[in-house]
Amino acid sequence: MNCLAFVPTKNGQATKAGLEALSYAKRCGATVTALMIGELNGDGGAGAAGASKVLHIEEHIQDEGQIARAVAAAADSEGATLVVAPHDHRGRAVAPRVAVRMGAGMVPGVTGVIEGSEVKKNVFSGKAMAHIQLSAGKNVLTTTPNAFGVDSDGSIAAVEAFAADVGEARLVVKGYEASSEDGSIPLPEASRVVSAGRGLKGPEHWGIVEELAQTIQATMACSRPVSDMGWRPHHEHVGQTGITIRPDLYIAAGISGAIQHLAGVNQSKVIVAINTDPEAPLFKAADYGIVGDAFEVLPQLTEAIKTMG
Amino acid sequence: MTMKFLVCISKAPDTTSRIAFTEGDTKFDSNGVQFIVNPYDEWYALVRALELKEQHGGTVTTVTVGEADCDPVIRKALAIGADDAVRIDAQPQDALHVASLIANHAKDAGYDVILCGKETIDHNGSVVGGMVAEMLDLAYISLAITLDLEGGKAHAKREASGGLETVEATMPVVVSAAKGMAEQRIPNMRGIMAARTKPLNVEAPEGGTLGTTVSRFEMPPAKGDCKMVSADQPEELIRLLREEAKVL
Repeated sequence: MNCLAFVPTKNGQATKAGLEALSYAKRCGATVTALMIGELNGDGGAGAAGASKVLHIEEHIQDEGQIARAVAAAADSEGATLVVAPHDHRGRAVAPRVAVRMGAGMVPGVTGVIEGSEVKKNVFSGKAMAHIQLSAGKNVLTTTPNAFGVDSDGSIAAVEAFAADVGEARLVVKGYEASSEDGSIPLPEASRVVSAGRGLKGPEHWGIVEELAQTIQATMACSRPVSDMGWRPHHEHVGQTGITIRPDLYIAAGISGAIQHLAGVNQSKVIVAINTDPEAPLFKAADYGIVGDAFEVLPQLTEAIKTMG
Repeated sequence: MTMKFLVCISKAPDTTSRIAFTEGDTKFDSNGVQFIVNPYDEWYALVRALELKEQHGGTVTTVTVGEADCDPVIRKALAIGADDAVRIDAQPQDALHVASLIANHAKDAGYDVILCGKETIDHNGSVVGGMVAEMLDLAYISLAITLDLEGGKAHAKREASGGLETVEATMPVVVSAAKGMAEQRIPNMRGIMAARTKPLNVEAPEGGTLGTTVSRFEMPPAKGDCKMVSADQPEELIRLLREEAKVL
Protein backbone atom coordinates (compact mmCIF):
# COMPACT_ATOMS: atom_id res chain seq x y z
CA MET A 1 0.00 0.00 0.00
CA ASN A 2 1.33 3.41 -0.96
CA CYS A 3 0.62 6.32 1.33
CA LEU A 4 0.98 10.05 0.83
CA ALA A 5 1.39 11.94 4.10
CA PHE A 6 0.82 15.68 4.27
CA VAL A 7 3.47 16.89 6.74
CA PRO A 8 3.16 20.54 7.86
CA THR A 9 6.42 22.35 8.58
CA LYS A 10 7.56 25.12 10.87
CA ASN A 11 10.92 26.86 10.45
CA GLY A 12 12.06 24.25 7.94
CA GLN A 13 11.28 21.25 10.16
CA ALA A 14 8.31 18.88 10.17
CA THR A 15 5.94 19.63 13.06
CA LYS A 16 5.57 17.01 15.78
CA ALA A 17 1.98 16.36 14.66
CA GLY A 18 3.28 15.91 11.10
CA LEU A 19 5.94 13.42 12.21
CA GLU A 20 3.29 11.50 14.14
CA ALA A 21 1.22 11.23 10.96
CA LEU A 22 4.27 9.79 9.16
CA SER A 23 5.02 7.28 11.91
CA TYR A 24 1.37 6.29 11.93
CA ALA A 25 1.33 5.61 8.17
CA LYS A 26 4.51 3.50 8.45
CA ARG A 27 3.00 1.51 11.33
CA CYS A 28 -0.04 0.82 9.13
CA GLY A 29 2.40 -1.04 6.87
CA ALA A 30 2.47 1.53 4.08
CA THR A 31 5.32 2.78 1.91
CA VAL A 32 5.17 6.44 2.79
CA THR A 33 5.92 9.55 0.73
CA ALA A 34 5.79 12.88 2.55
CA LEU A 35 4.55 16.06 0.90
CA MET A 36 6.14 19.13 2.48
CA ILE A 37 5.53 22.75 1.54
CA GLY A 38 7.63 25.87 2.04
CA GLU A 39 11.02 26.31 3.74
CA LEU A 40 12.68 22.93 4.38
CA ASN A 41 16.01 22.01 6.00
CA GLY A 42 17.24 18.71 4.52
CA ASP A 43 14.34 16.27 4.78
CA GLY A 44 12.93 18.19 7.78
CA GLY A 45 13.14 15.04 9.91
CA ALA A 46 10.64 13.13 7.73
CA GLY A 47 12.94 10.20 6.85
CA ALA A 48 13.61 9.17 10.45
CA ALA A 49 9.89 9.20 11.23
CA GLY A 50 8.96 6.88 8.36
CA ALA A 51 9.05 8.63 4.97
CA SER A 52 10.96 6.84 2.18
CA LYS A 53 10.79 9.96 0.05
CA VAL A 54 9.91 13.63 0.39
CA LEU A 55 8.10 15.58 -2.32
CA HIS A 56 8.83 19.24 -1.77
CA ILE A 57 7.00 22.32 -3.02
CA GLU A 58 9.21 25.31 -2.37
CA GLU A 59 6.54 27.99 -2.77
CA HIS A 60 4.95 28.65 0.61
CA ILE A 61 1.32 28.10 -0.40
CA GLN A 62 -1.10 28.74 2.46
CA ASP A 63 -4.62 28.48 1.02
CA GLU A 64 -5.70 25.00 2.10
CA GLY A 65 -7.73 24.70 -1.08
CA GLN A 66 -4.45 24.96 -3.01
CA ILE A 67 -2.66 22.65 -0.55
CA ALA A 68 -5.42 20.08 -1.04
CA ARG A 69 -4.89 20.19 -4.81
CA ALA A 70 -1.18 19.61 -4.29
CA VAL A 71 -1.81 16.71 -1.89
CA ALA A 72 -4.27 15.05 -4.26
CA ALA A 73 -1.86 15.51 -7.20
CA ALA A 74 1.02 14.02 -5.17
CA ALA A 75 -1.15 11.09 -4.06
CA ASP A 76 -2.05 10.49 -7.68
CA SER A 77 1.57 10.60 -8.89
CA GLU A 78 2.64 8.17 -6.12
CA GLY A 79 -0.27 5.80 -6.74
CA ALA A 80 -1.31 6.28 -3.11
CA THR A 81 -4.55 4.72 -1.91
CA LEU A 82 -4.07 6.16 1.58
CA VAL A 83 -3.57 9.82 2.51
CA VAL A 84 -2.63 10.70 6.07
CA ALA A 85 -2.47 14.17 7.66
CA PRO A 86 -2.37 15.36 11.26
CA HIS A 87 -5.70 16.30 12.86
CA ASP A 88 -4.33 19.75 13.70
CA HIS A 89 -5.57 23.12 12.45
CA ARG A 90 -3.91 22.64 9.04
CA GLY A 91 -4.89 19.01 8.49
CA ARG A 92 -8.48 19.72 9.46
CA ALA A 93 -8.71 22.29 6.67
CA VAL A 94 -6.82 20.27 4.04
CA ALA A 95 -7.92 16.64 4.51
CA PRO A 96 -11.69 16.97 3.89
CA ARG A 97 -10.96 18.75 0.60
CA VAL A 98 -8.50 16.03 -0.42
CA ALA A 99 -11.09 13.33 0.33
CA VAL A 100 -13.61 15.05 -1.96
CA ARG A 101 -11.03 15.53 -4.74
CA MET A 102 -9.97 11.87 -4.57
CA GLY A 103 -13.46 10.43 -4.09
CA ALA A 104 -12.08 8.86 -0.93
CA GLY A 105 -13.63 7.84 2.38
CA MET A 106 -12.48 9.93 5.30
CA VAL A 107 -11.94 9.24 8.99
CA PRO A 108 -10.87 12.27 11.03
CA GLY A 109 -8.90 11.98 14.27
CA VAL A 110 -7.99 8.29 14.24
CA THR A 111 -6.54 6.83 17.45
CA GLY A 112 -5.44 3.38 16.22
CA VAL A 113 -3.66 1.84 13.22
CA ILE A 114 -5.69 0.29 10.39
CA GLU A 115 -6.61 -3.29 11.30
CA GLY A 116 -8.09 -5.25 8.41
CA SER A 117 -10.26 -2.55 6.90
CA GLU A 118 -11.18 -0.93 10.20
CA VAL A 119 -9.80 2.02 12.06
CA LYS A 120 -10.61 3.40 15.50
CA LYS A 121 -11.51 6.94 16.50
CA ASN A 122 -12.86 8.69 19.57
CA VAL A 123 -16.47 9.84 19.51
CA PHE A 124 -18.72 11.68 21.97
CA SER A 125 -15.75 13.82 22.98
CA GLY A 126 -13.74 10.86 24.24
CA LYS A 127 -16.59 9.23 26.15
CA ALA A 128 -16.61 6.35 23.63
CA MET A 129 -14.73 4.94 20.63
CA ALA A 130 -16.02 3.93 17.21
CA HIS A 131 -14.62 1.28 14.87
CA ILE A 132 -15.03 2.65 11.36
CA GLN A 133 -15.19 0.46 8.29
CA LEU A 134 -13.21 1.85 5.36
CA SER A 135 -15.44 0.93 2.46
CA ALA A 136 -13.99 3.13 -0.29
CA GLY A 137 -11.02 2.14 -2.48
CA LYS A 138 -9.10 5.21 -1.33
CA ASN A 139 -9.06 6.67 2.16
CA VAL A 140 -8.01 9.86 3.90
CA LEU A 141 -7.20 9.70 7.62
CA THR A 142 -6.16 12.42 10.07
CA THR A 143 -4.17 11.40 13.15
CA THR A 144 -5.03 12.64 16.64
CA PRO A 145 -2.06 14.61 18.03
CA ASN A 146 -0.23 12.83 20.89
CA ALA A 147 -1.98 9.53 20.20
CA PHE A 148 0.92 7.76 18.50
CA GLY A 149 4.29 9.27 19.30
CA VAL A 150 7.09 9.74 16.79
CA ASP A 151 9.28 6.85 15.59
CA SER A 152 12.88 7.65 14.78
CA ASP A 153 15.26 5.28 12.99
CA GLY A 154 17.90 7.85 12.03
CA SER A 155 17.40 7.54 8.27
CA ILE A 156 17.22 10.47 5.92
CA ALA A 157 14.80 10.58 2.99
CA ALA A 158 15.62 11.77 -0.52
CA VAL A 159 13.96 15.08 -1.34
CA GLU A 160 12.47 15.66 -4.81
CA ALA A 161 11.00 18.91 -6.05
CA PHE A 162 7.31 18.58 -6.83
CA ALA A 163 5.11 20.78 -8.97
CA ALA A 164 1.34 20.77 -9.21
CA ASP A 165 -1.31 23.00 -10.71
CA VAL A 166 -2.87 24.43 -7.56
CA GLY A 167 -4.98 27.17 -9.13
CA GLU A 168 -5.58 30.64 -7.71
CA ALA A 169 -5.32 31.49 -4.01
CA ARG A 170 -8.68 32.49 -2.52
CA LEU A 171 -7.42 32.67 1.05
CA VAL A 172 -4.45 34.79 2.13
CA VAL A 173 -2.75 34.67 5.53
CA LYS A 174 -2.17 38.30 6.55
CA GLY A 175 -0.56 37.80 9.94
CA TYR A 176 0.22 35.54 12.86
CA GLU A 177 0.32 36.21 16.58
CA ALA A 178 1.61 33.64 19.05
CA SER A 179 -0.87 33.12 21.87
CA SER A 180 1.79 32.60 24.53
CA GLU A 181 4.79 34.87 24.93
CA ASP A 182 6.82 32.10 26.55
CA GLY A 183 6.67 29.91 23.45
CA SER A 184 5.30 26.90 25.37
CA ILE A 185 4.10 23.90 23.37
CA PRO A 186 0.51 24.26 22.04
CA LEU A 187 -2.02 22.41 24.20
CA PRO A 188 -3.02 19.69 21.70
CA GLU A 189 0.64 18.69 21.31
CA ALA A 190 1.80 19.17 24.92
CA SER A 191 2.98 16.07 26.76
CA ARG A 192 2.48 17.72 30.16
CA VAL A 193 -0.37 20.03 31.13
CA VAL A 194 -1.05 21.88 34.40
CA SER A 195 -4.62 23.10 34.65
CA ALA A 196 -6.62 25.04 37.21
CA GLY A 197 -10.23 25.94 37.86
CA ARG A 198 -12.52 28.08 39.96
CA GLY A 199 -10.85 26.74 43.11
CA LEU A 200 -8.11 29.29 42.52
CA LYS A 201 -10.61 32.04 43.32
CA GLY A 202 -9.25 34.68 40.92
CA PRO A 203 -6.90 35.39 38.01
CA GLU A 204 -4.39 37.05 40.33
CA HIS A 205 -3.55 33.64 41.83
CA TRP A 206 -2.34 32.00 38.61
CA GLY A 207 1.32 32.55 39.49
CA ILE A 208 1.47 29.28 41.42
CA VAL A 209 0.05 27.41 38.41
CA GLU A 210 2.57 29.03 36.11
CA GLU A 211 5.50 28.20 38.42
CA LEU A 212 4.63 24.51 38.55
CA ALA A 213 4.06 24.45 34.77
CA GLN A 214 7.44 26.07 34.13
CA THR A 215 9.22 23.76 36.55
CA ILE A 216 8.01 20.62 34.77
CA GLN A 217 7.97 22.16 31.23
CA ALA A 218 4.20 21.89 31.02
CA THR A 219 1.64 23.94 29.10
CA MET A 220 -1.09 25.72 31.08
CA ALA A 221 -4.81 25.05 30.72
CA CYS A 222 -8.01 25.93 32.54
CA SER A 223 -11.64 24.89 33.01
CA ARG A 224 -14.58 26.45 31.17
CA PRO A 225 -15.86 28.71 34.01
CA VAL A 226 -12.39 30.20 34.30
CA SER A 227 -12.23 31.13 30.61
CA ASP A 228 -15.89 32.26 30.58
CA MET A 229 -15.20 34.62 33.49
CA GLY A 230 -12.23 36.00 31.58
CA TRP A 231 -9.66 34.90 34.18
CA ARG A 232 -7.76 33.07 31.47
CA PRO A 233 -7.87 33.24 27.64
CA HIS A 234 -10.27 30.99 25.67
CA HIS A 235 -7.44 29.10 24.02
CA GLU A 236 -6.51 27.59 27.41
CA HIS A 237 -9.98 26.09 27.95
CA VAL A 238 -9.86 22.29 27.87
CA GLY A 239 -13.09 20.30 27.87
CA GLN A 240 -15.92 19.20 25.65
CA THR A 241 -16.51 22.61 24.10
CA GLY A 242 -12.87 23.68 24.37
CA ILE A 243 -9.73 21.86 23.40
CA THR A 244 -9.45 18.09 23.71
CA ILE A 245 -6.03 17.03 24.96
CA ARG A 246 -4.21 13.76 25.59
CA PRO A 247 -0.92 14.55 27.33
CA ASP A 248 1.17 12.03 29.25
CA LEU A 249 0.51 13.97 32.44
CA TYR A 250 -2.51 16.14 33.30
CA ILE A 251 -2.45 17.91 36.67
CA ALA A 252 -5.74 19.60 37.61
CA ALA A 253 -6.00 21.85 40.65
CA GLY A 254 -9.25 23.28 41.94
CA ILE A 255 -11.29 21.67 39.14
CA SER A 256 -14.22 19.56 40.33
CA GLY A 257 -14.37 17.53 37.11
CA ALA A 258 -17.80 18.00 35.54
CA ILE A 259 -18.58 15.49 32.78
CA GLN A 260 -17.92 18.16 30.12
CA HIS A 261 -14.46 18.81 31.53
CA LEU A 262 -13.64 15.10 31.74
CA ALA A 263 -14.63 14.65 28.09
CA GLY A 264 -11.77 16.91 27.08
CA VAL A 265 -9.07 15.38 29.28
CA ASN A 266 -9.91 11.74 29.99
CA GLN A 267 -7.59 10.50 27.24
CA SER A 268 -4.59 11.72 29.24
CA LYS A 269 -2.26 8.88 30.20
CA VAL A 270 -1.96 9.97 33.85
CA ILE A 271 -4.33 12.34 35.64
CA VAL A 272 -3.50 13.99 38.97
CA ALA A 273 -6.36 15.67 40.85
CA ILE A 274 -5.86 18.27 43.59
CA ASN A 275 -9.03 19.42 45.31
CA THR A 276 -10.24 20.38 48.78
CA ASP A 277 -13.42 18.34 48.24
CA PRO A 278 -12.75 14.58 48.54
CA GLU A 279 -16.05 13.95 46.71
CA ALA A 280 -14.99 15.92 43.60
CA PRO A 281 -15.85 13.79 40.50
CA LEU A 282 -12.37 14.32 39.09
CA PHE A 283 -10.94 11.91 41.68
CA LYS A 284 -12.95 9.11 40.00
CA ALA A 285 -11.18 9.78 36.70
CA ALA A 286 -7.78 10.44 38.26
CA ASP A 287 -4.83 8.11 38.78
CA TYR A 288 -3.37 10.08 41.68
CA GLY A 289 -5.11 12.46 44.02
CA ILE A 290 -4.36 14.88 46.82
CA VAL A 291 -7.17 16.19 48.99
CA GLY A 292 -5.85 19.61 49.82
CA ASP A 293 -5.80 23.29 49.10
CA ALA A 294 -4.29 24.19 45.73
CA PHE A 295 -2.80 27.33 47.31
CA GLU A 296 -0.64 25.09 49.49
CA VAL A 297 -0.22 21.96 47.37
CA LEU A 298 0.89 23.61 44.10
CA PRO A 299 3.83 25.58 45.62
CA GLN A 300 4.81 22.48 47.63
CA LEU A 301 4.92 20.36 44.47
CA THR A 302 7.04 23.01 42.71
CA GLU A 303 9.35 23.15 45.72
CA ALA A 304 9.58 19.34 45.97
CA ILE A 305 10.62 19.01 42.32
CA LYS A 306 13.25 21.71 42.73
CA THR A 307 14.76 20.13 45.86
CA MET A 308 14.57 16.56 44.51
CA GLY A 309 16.35 17.73 41.34
CA MET B 1 -25.50 44.86 -0.37
CA THR B 2 -27.50 42.33 1.55
CA MET B 3 -26.06 38.96 2.38
CA LYS B 4 -27.43 35.44 2.20
CA PHE B 5 -26.23 33.28 5.06
CA LEU B 6 -26.57 29.51 5.36
CA VAL B 7 -25.87 27.96 8.76
CA CYS B 8 -25.43 24.18 9.04
CA ILE B 9 -27.22 22.94 12.14
CA SER B 10 -26.76 19.49 13.58
CA LYS B 11 -28.64 17.69 16.33
CA ALA B 12 -26.38 16.42 19.14
CA PRO B 13 -26.89 14.75 22.51
CA ASP B 14 -26.79 17.19 25.44
CA THR B 15 -23.28 17.55 26.88
CA THR B 16 -24.35 15.90 30.16
CA SER B 17 -25.77 12.79 28.42
CA ARG B 18 -24.81 9.35 29.58
CA ILE B 19 -23.36 7.64 26.52
CA ALA B 20 -24.55 4.07 25.84
CA PHE B 21 -25.09 1.84 22.81
CA THR B 22 -27.64 -0.77 21.71
CA GLU B 23 -28.07 -3.47 19.04
CA GLY B 24 -24.73 -5.12 19.74
CA ASP B 25 -22.96 -1.77 20.24
CA THR B 26 -23.81 -0.67 16.69
CA LYS B 27 -26.30 2.12 17.50
CA PHE B 28 -26.28 5.08 19.86
CA ASP B 29 -28.83 4.53 22.62
CA SER B 30 -30.97 7.65 22.46
CA ASN B 31 -33.24 6.41 25.26
CA GLY B 32 -33.70 9.23 27.76
CA VAL B 33 -31.20 11.44 25.93
CA GLN B 34 -31.99 15.12 25.55
CA PHE B 35 -30.99 16.44 22.12
CA ILE B 36 -29.74 19.98 21.59
CA VAL B 37 -28.43 22.09 18.74
CA ASN B 38 -24.76 21.18 18.44
CA PRO B 39 -23.12 23.89 20.62
CA TYR B 40 -20.57 25.05 18.02
CA ASP B 41 -23.36 25.41 15.42
CA GLU B 42 -25.63 27.33 17.78
CA TRP B 43 -23.45 29.46 20.05
CA TYR B 44 -20.95 30.57 17.44
CA ALA B 45 -21.99 29.89 13.81
CA LEU B 46 -25.68 30.80 14.09
CA VAL B 47 -25.27 33.76 16.43
CA ARG B 48 -22.45 35.28 14.36
CA ALA B 49 -24.56 34.89 11.20
CA LEU B 50 -27.38 36.77 12.94
CA GLU B 51 -25.01 39.53 14.07
CA LEU B 52 -23.63 39.89 10.53
CA LYS B 53 -27.16 39.98 9.13
CA GLU B 54 -28.05 42.76 11.60
CA GLN B 55 -24.97 44.64 10.38
CA HIS B 56 -25.27 44.11 6.61
CA GLY B 57 -28.91 43.14 6.07
CA GLY B 58 -29.94 39.88 4.46
CA THR B 59 -31.30 36.50 5.45
CA VAL B 60 -30.16 33.62 7.64
CA THR B 61 -31.27 30.15 6.56
CA THR B 62 -30.38 27.01 8.47
CA VAL B 63 -29.86 23.61 6.89
CA THR B 64 -30.02 20.28 8.67
CA VAL B 65 -29.61 16.77 7.34
CA GLY B 66 -31.94 14.57 9.35
CA GLU B 67 -35.36 13.10 9.83
CA ALA B 68 -38.41 14.63 11.52
CA ASP B 69 -36.92 14.06 14.99
CA CYS B 70 -34.60 17.03 14.22
CA ASP B 71 -37.51 19.49 14.02
CA PRO B 72 -37.39 20.56 17.71
CA VAL B 73 -33.72 21.62 17.46
CA ILE B 74 -34.43 23.35 14.13
CA ARG B 75 -37.28 25.30 15.80
CA LYS B 76 -34.80 26.29 18.53
CA ALA B 77 -32.50 27.75 15.85
CA LEU B 78 -35.49 29.63 14.39
CA ALA B 79 -36.38 30.90 17.88
CA ILE B 80 -32.86 32.26 18.29
CA GLY B 81 -33.42 34.27 15.12
CA ALA B 82 -32.89 32.38 11.85
CA ASP B 83 -35.38 33.45 9.17
CA ASP B 84 -36.15 30.08 7.70
CA ALA B 85 -34.93 26.50 7.78
CA VAL B 86 -34.31 23.66 5.39
CA ARG B 87 -34.33 20.04 6.49
CA ILE B 88 -32.96 17.53 4.03
CA ASP B 89 -34.95 14.45 4.83
CA ALA B 90 -32.32 11.74 5.25
CA GLN B 91 -30.72 9.91 8.15
CA PRO B 92 -27.14 11.28 8.21
CA GLN B 93 -24.64 8.50 7.43
CA ASP B 94 -21.18 9.99 7.45
CA ALA B 95 -19.52 13.36 6.81
CA LEU B 96 -19.27 12.82 3.04
CA HIS B 97 -22.97 11.96 2.89
CA VAL B 98 -23.99 15.03 4.92
CA ALA B 99 -21.65 17.35 3.02
CA SER B 100 -22.84 16.19 -0.40
CA LEU B 101 -26.50 16.74 0.57
CA ILE B 102 -25.73 20.24 1.90
CA ALA B 103 -23.64 21.08 -1.18
CA ASN B 104 -26.47 19.94 -3.45
CA HIS B 105 -28.87 22.21 -1.60
CA ALA B 106 -26.48 25.17 -1.68
CA LYS B 107 -25.05 24.92 -5.17
CA ASP B 108 -27.48 27.20 -7.00
CA ALA B 109 -28.94 29.04 -4.01
CA GLY B 110 -26.54 31.98 -4.06
CA TYR B 111 -25.36 31.97 -0.45
CA ASP B 112 -22.60 34.47 0.32
CA VAL B 113 -21.45 32.82 3.54
CA ILE B 114 -21.94 29.21 4.65
CA LEU B 115 -21.20 28.71 8.35
CA CYS B 116 -20.88 25.54 10.38
CA GLY B 117 -19.61 24.71 13.86
CA LYS B 118 -16.01 23.53 14.07
CA GLU B 119 -17.20 20.00 14.86
CA THR B 120 -20.18 18.15 16.31
CA ILE B 121 -19.85 16.93 19.87
CA ASP B 122 -20.95 13.39 18.96
CA HIS B 123 -18.75 12.38 16.02
CA ASN B 124 -16.10 15.08 16.54
CA GLY B 125 -15.34 15.08 12.83
CA SER B 126 -14.50 18.66 11.82
CA VAL B 127 -14.96 17.55 8.22
CA VAL B 128 -18.28 18.70 6.75
CA GLY B 129 -17.31 22.37 6.23
CA GLY B 130 -14.15 21.54 4.29
CA MET B 131 -15.99 19.01 2.14
CA VAL B 132 -18.80 21.45 1.33
CA ALA B 133 -16.20 24.07 0.35
CA GLU B 134 -14.45 21.65 -1.99
CA MET B 135 -17.70 20.41 -3.53
CA LEU B 136 -18.80 24.01 -4.21
CA ASP B 137 -15.26 25.10 -5.15
CA LEU B 138 -15.18 27.87 -2.53
CA ALA B 139 -12.63 29.25 -0.09
CA TYR B 140 -12.77 27.72 3.41
CA ILE B 141 -11.76 29.35 6.69
CA SER B 142 -11.54 26.64 9.32
CA LEU B 143 -11.56 27.09 13.11
CA ALA B 144 -12.36 30.81 12.90
CA ILE B 145 -12.78 32.71 16.17
CA THR B 146 -13.73 36.03 14.57
CA LEU B 147 -15.52 36.79 11.30
CA ASP B 148 -16.19 40.10 9.57
CA LEU B 149 -17.31 40.91 6.02
CA GLU B 150 -15.98 43.88 4.14
CA GLY B 151 -15.39 44.77 0.51
CA GLY B 152 -16.52 41.39 -0.81
CA LYS B 153 -14.06 39.59 1.43
CA ALA B 154 -14.31 37.64 4.65
CA HIS B 155 -11.81 38.64 7.32
CA ALA B 156 -11.14 36.27 10.18
CA LYS B 157 -8.80 35.24 12.90
CA ARG B 158 -8.40 31.49 13.17
CA GLU B 159 -6.72 29.01 15.46
CA ALA B 160 -3.29 27.96 14.31
CA SER B 161 -0.75 25.88 16.18
CA GLY B 162 0.16 27.92 19.26
CA GLY B 163 -1.40 31.13 18.02
CA LEU B 164 -3.83 32.95 15.82
CA GLU B 165 -3.65 33.59 12.09
CA THR B 166 -5.32 36.60 10.49
CA VAL B 167 -6.76 35.57 7.11
CA GLU B 168 -8.70 37.11 4.28
CA ALA B 169 -10.82 35.02 1.90
CA THR B 170 -12.75 35.66 -1.28
CA MET B 171 -16.53 35.37 -0.99
CA PRO B 172 -18.65 33.27 -1.26
CA VAL B 173 -16.90 31.46 1.58
CA VAL B 174 -17.39 28.52 3.93
CA VAL B 175 -16.43 29.15 7.56
CA SER B 176 -16.18 26.78 10.52
CA ALA B 177 -16.80 28.53 13.83
CA ALA B 178 -14.76 27.88 16.97
CA LYS B 179 -15.25 29.14 20.51
CA GLY B 180 -15.13 32.91 20.84
CA MET B 181 -16.83 33.92 17.57
CA ALA B 182 -20.00 35.04 19.35
CA GLU B 183 -21.86 34.94 22.65
CA GLN B 184 -24.68 32.45 23.16
CA ARG B 185 -28.19 33.95 22.70
CA ILE B 186 -31.07 32.66 24.78
CA PRO B 187 -34.31 32.74 22.75
CA ASN B 188 -37.00 35.01 24.25
CA MET B 189 -40.74 34.31 24.29
CA ARG B 190 -41.32 36.41 21.17
CA GLY B 191 -38.68 34.41 19.32
CA ILE B 192 -40.17 31.12 20.45
CA MET B 193 -43.66 32.18 19.33
CA ALA B 194 -42.36 33.46 15.97
CA ALA B 195 -40.42 30.23 15.39
CA ARG B 196 -43.67 28.25 15.26
CA THR B 197 -44.74 29.95 12.03
CA LYS B 198 -41.38 30.45 10.32
CA PRO B 199 -40.87 28.27 7.22
CA LEU B 200 -39.27 24.86 7.80
CA ASN B 201 -38.93 23.43 4.32
CA VAL B 202 -38.38 19.71 3.98
CA GLU B 203 -36.40 18.75 0.89
CA ALA B 204 -35.94 15.27 -0.52
CA PRO B 205 -32.31 14.10 -0.44
CA GLU B 206 -30.54 14.44 -3.76
CA GLY B 207 -27.31 12.51 -4.33
CA GLY B 208 -25.45 11.70 -1.14
CA THR B 209 -22.41 9.47 -1.38
CA LEU B 210 -21.05 7.35 1.44
CA GLY B 211 -17.37 6.92 2.31
CA THR B 212 -17.31 5.08 5.62
CA THR B 213 -19.60 3.18 8.00
CA VAL B 214 -19.43 2.65 11.76
CA SER B 215 -19.12 -1.07 12.40
CA ARG B 216 -19.36 -0.83 16.18
CA PHE B 217 -18.90 1.41 19.20
CA GLU B 218 -16.85 0.62 22.27
CA MET B 219 -16.70 2.17 25.74
CA PRO B 220 -13.25 3.12 27.04
CA PRO B 221 -11.72 0.68 29.54
CA ALA B 222 -12.73 1.34 33.16
CA LYS B 223 -10.24 3.44 35.08
CA GLY B 224 -8.48 1.89 38.08
CA ASP B 225 -8.75 3.40 41.55
CA CYS B 226 -7.28 6.78 42.29
CA LYS B 227 -4.19 6.47 44.48
CA MET B 228 -4.45 9.09 47.23
CA VAL B 229 -1.40 10.90 48.52
CA SER B 230 -1.42 12.90 51.74
CA ALA B 231 -1.32 16.70 51.26
CA ASP B 232 1.79 16.99 53.45
CA GLN B 233 3.78 14.54 51.27
CA PRO B 234 4.29 16.29 47.93
CA GLU B 235 7.60 14.42 47.48
CA GLU B 236 5.68 11.13 47.52
CA LEU B 237 3.50 12.27 44.59
CA ILE B 238 6.57 13.36 42.61
CA ARG B 239 8.23 10.00 43.35
CA LEU B 240 5.14 8.10 42.12
CA LEU B 241 4.94 10.20 38.95
CA ARG B 242 8.61 9.52 38.27
CA GLU B 243 9.04 5.90 39.29
CA GLU B 244 5.59 4.32 38.97
CA ALA B 245 3.83 6.33 36.25
CA LYS B 246 7.10 7.38 34.56
CA VAL B 247 5.66 10.64 33.28
CA LEU B 248 8.07 13.06 34.94
